[in-house]
Amino acid sequence: MNTTSDLALITPDGVRRLIEVLTARGYRVIGPTVRNGAIGYDAIDGIDDFPVGWTDEQDGGYYRLRRRDDAAFFGYAVGPHSWKRYLHPPQLRLWRAERSGDDMRIIDEDDEPPRDAFIGVRACELNAIAIQDKVFLGGPYVDPHYRSRREGIFVVAVNCAVAGGTCFCASMGTGPRVGSGFDLALTEIVHDGAHRFLVECGTDVGAQVLTELPHRPAPPSDIEAARAIIERTAQSMGREMPATDVPALLRRNLEHSRWDNVAERCLTCGNCTMVCPTCFCTSVEDETDLSGATAARTRRWDSCFTMDFSYIHGGSVRSSTRARYRQWMTHKLSTWVDQFGTSGCVGCGRCISWCPVGIDITEEVRAIHEGECDGDDS
Amino acid sequence: MARRRRKPRLAVWKFASCDGCQLSLLDCEDELLAVADAVEIAYFPEASRGEVRGTYDLSLVEGSITTAHDAARIQDVRRRSRRLVTIGACATAGGIQALRNFADVEAFISVVYANHAYIQTLATSTPIADHVGVDFELQGCPINKRQLLEVIAAFLSGRRPAIPSHSVCIECKLKGNVCIMVAHGTPCLGPVTHAGCDALCPSYNRGCYGCYGPMETPNTRALSEWLQGLGMARGDLLRVYRKFYANAEAFRTESKRHDP
Repeated sequence: MNTTSDLALITPDGVRRLIEVLTARGYRVIGPTVRNGAIGYDAIDGIDDFPVGWTDEQDGGYYRLRRRDDAAFFGYAVGPHSWKRYLHPPQLRLWRAERSGDDMRIIDEDDEPPRDAFIGVRACELNAIAIQDKVFLGGPYVDPHYRSRREGIFVVAVNCAVAGGTCFCASMGTGPRVGSGFDLALTEIVHDGAHRFLVECGTDVGAQVLTELPHRPAPPSDIEAARAIIERTAQSMGREMPATDVPALLRRNLEHSRWDNVAERCLTCGNCTMVCPTCFCTSVEDETDLSGATAARTRRWDSCFTMDFSYIHGGSVRSSTRARYRQWMTHKLSTWVDQFGTSGCVGCGRCISWCPVGIDITEEVRAIHEGECDGDDS
Repeated sequence: MARRRRKPRLAVWKFASCDGCQLSLLDCEDELLAVADAVEIAYFPEASRGEVRGTYDLSLVEGSITTAHDAARIQDVRRRSRRLVTIGACATAGGIQALRNFADVEAFISVVYANHAYIQTLATSTPIADHVGVDFELQGCPINKRQLLEVIAAFLSGRRPAIPSHSVCIECKLKGNVCIMVAHGTPCLGPVTHAGCDALCPSYNRGCYGCYGPMETPNTRALSEWLQGLGMARGDLLRVYRKFYANAEAFRTESKRHDP
C-alpha cells in the first residue's frame, strides 16, 4: 500500500500533458473514445478524443451511451472492446511459404508491433491481463506474439468511479480498486471543486513520467474523496457472483437441468467469448493461391461455441448447445482454476451486456446454486 | 512451377437463378487471369461460347431446381463432374424463388401469364443437394468472390476450404464492430446467420438480413423472442426469415411459427 506522500494530484491539463509525454516517449497511445454508439478503445491524439461527459447504461444484451452532467473523462464502465485486441490481436498472419521448383521456402512474418501505452485500464482489465500473462507467458511454451506486444507497454490504470449495470468485479475480488500491474493509476474526482485526478505510481517508469507532468502532493481530503469514490463503486455493482465455492459447485453439477435451460436461450453465436478479456482460443487457417506457388498461415480468434472448435475425426465432440455453453462456463469459472491457478472470470460483465439475448453468467451460477440449496432442504 | 498434368477442367452451370453468383467469378478481375491460368474454363456460357464436351474436374452449380427438365439436367451434370460445388442461396437452399414453396404456384402463374399453356414448372424450388450429391456448398446471396476463389484454390490443392460456418457475429467481433443490436437496438439476424460476407451490413449500421443463410447451429426461436422484445411484430418476424434463404430448414421452420 502506498503512503500518502506517494500520491500526487494532477489536473485535466496534466492528463493532456501525460498523453503528450507518452507520445514523445515513442508510445502509440490507446485510450477510450466514443465509436459508433459505444465507448471503445482506439488510438487517441489527446484528451479531446476521450468520452468527455459520457457514461453508459448496461444490462443483459443492452448498452446505451448516456450524457453525464459533468465533463468526466472516465465516467463510464467497460465497453465492447478489451485490451486483448491489442495484446492478442484478432487476426495475425504467422508465416508464408513460397514454392521454388520442388522446394519450399518458409518466410517468417516480421512481427514488430508498436509499443503501446494504454490509458484507462480498469481493475478488472488489469486482472484479465494478468490472467492472459499466465496463459501466454507462464509455463514452457511462451507465445512470442503476445510477449512482443506485452513487453514494454505503459499502463495508465483508472479506479472505477461508476459501476456498470453488469459489473460484478467486487464479488470476484478483482476490483474496483486497481491493485497491481500499472505504471500510473488515476482516480478521477469531478465533484467538490475543480476537476482533478489523484495519481499513484506503480513503477519507476511511472514515477519518471509523473515528474514530467505538472503535479502537486495530494491533500488528505482528496485521498479520502478518492477512497470514498471507489468504495461507493464497490457498493453499486449491477451484478453479483454468488458467494460460494463456484469451481466446486460447477464440478458437482455437470448434469444439472439448468444446462438444458440455458441451451434453449443460447444462440451459440460466440459473442461472449469474443468480448471476454481472458478468452484466448485461436484457430489457424491456411490459404494457398490458385497456382499453388504461395501459401500462408493465419491465426484468428476462435470460440468454443463453434462446431469447428471441437471437430475431430468423426465430427464435433461438443455438438449440442448444452455441451458448448457448459464447456465455456465450467472452463471459465472452474477448470480454469485447475489449469492456471485462477478463475478465468474477472467480473467485467461484458459477456452479459454483449450477449445478443442477455444471458447472465451470474444468474446461471445462481440458478445452479439455488437449485442445489433447494435440494438440500428437501 | 510445379510439374502439372493437364489443367483441371472447370464448368459453371446455371439453373434457376439471377446469374449474380457466377458473375462473382467474372467480377474477380485481378484474379481472373490467375483462374484462367490454373484451370481450363471448359464450360461457362456467361463468359464464353466455347464448350468442351465430356467430363469436368470441378463443376460450379448456380441456381435451384424449378422444372422437371432441370431435375433431369442436374443428374447429367453430376455424372459429368468429378467434384460438384453449389454456389449461392438458390443452389444451396432454393433461393428467393422458393417463396413459391409457401404458396400455390398455379395461382401465381394465372396472375403473371396471359396464357399459361406453355408454362411447365414444378410446385417447388429446391436446392441441388435435394437431387444429387454435392461435394461442397458455398453460401451467400450473392456469394463472396474471395470465398469463391478460396474454394477453387482449395479444390486445386486438395485441401478443405477455409469457409467457417459460424455466426456473422464472430466476423463483427474480429473487425472490432460495436454490436448494433446491443448498442443501438437494431434488429439483426447476425447471430443465426452463416458468416462469409465479412459482416457487411452491420459494419454500416444495418441489421443483418440473413443473406448467407442459417449458421451451423442456429437458435432462431431464441433470437425471435428477443427481436419481439425489441418491438418486432409477428408479421415482420415471418418476413425476416422468409427471404433469400426462406427454404433453408431453420429459417423455413421459424417463419412458419410466425405464419398466422
